[in-house]
Amino acid sequence: MVEWSDSECSTIASVWCKINVDEIGPQALARVLIVYPWTQRYFGAFGNLSSAAAILGNPKVSEHGRTVLNALDKAVKNLGNIKGTYSELSQLHCDKLNVDPDNFRLLADCLTIVVASAFGSALNPAVQATWQKFLSVVVAALSSRYF
Amino acid sequence: MLSNTEKELIVQIWDKMLPVAEEIGSEALLRMFTTFPKTKTYFSHLDISPRSEHLRCHGKKIVQALAEGARNISTLTTTLAPLSRFHAYQLRIHPTNFKLLNHCILVTLACHMGENFTPVAHAAIDKFLSAFSAVLAEKFR
Repeated sequence: MVEWSDSECSTIASVWCKINVDEIGPQALARVLIVYPWTQRYFGAFGNLSSAAAILGNPKVSEHGRTVLNALDKAVKNLGNIKGTYSELSQLHCDKLNVDPDNFRLLADCLTIVVASAFGSALNPAVQATWQKFLSVVVAALSSRYF
Repeated sequence: MLSNTEKELIVQIWDKMLPVAEEIGSEALLRMFTTFPKTKTYFSHLDISPRSEHLRCHGKKIVQALAEGARNISTLTTTLAPLSRFHAYQLRIHPTNFKLLNHCILVTLACHMGENFTPVAHAAIDKFLSAFSAVLAEKFR
């Protein structure tokens, strides 16, 4: 059972409300596809992913980046039950999408780095630690229905 | 595998970081200690509180070693041989910790470089840090 202090709750909410999903979502997904190219295996239907420029300009990548990041909103609003919140999404990623859950951590790391680029020193060590604790709970929840 | 463009980018970035080695290195370490508290177990002999002399000094050493590695990418094993021996026989750090510091170095670079820390730069530095860590862990067993 994950426990959140009041300070952690307000840090997470504060980081989330400053994130522009329409910008950060596409950047985070593009970055994981560029930095960890094996993740492209799940996006065969997205068209041209042959270079960093192609990935950054790909409208399907942008759209999907927005979808993925919007889904984080549910976790922010349900910190007390992130595992339950993502139960169906976890099953989907396992049974239908067949995504190796080790890749969730890579996307979480890329998201943190994109947020760091946007926030600068506002993502100080304490804020980073709380944000990463939140993302590691999200990653664990998405991995929870893999059998 | 690093392309020539990536090697140049890596040298450029670390050359920019050298003048602020203390700041960058100590920040990366502090991020690692805060986000991954277990990493502090290797530093019980130092004062690693924020802005401490030890933290700044140790951070500077790390960035200087990385900059040196960046200038000698094709001979990393030779260049890092003393450091590699040190990490294997004296420090004996659990190898998973290299990834934790590498990640915090990337976050620090992103915070300082903003949009200049492009996906291509990120990929190049990540690959370099992985190669660097692999050499440091080479003699572990």
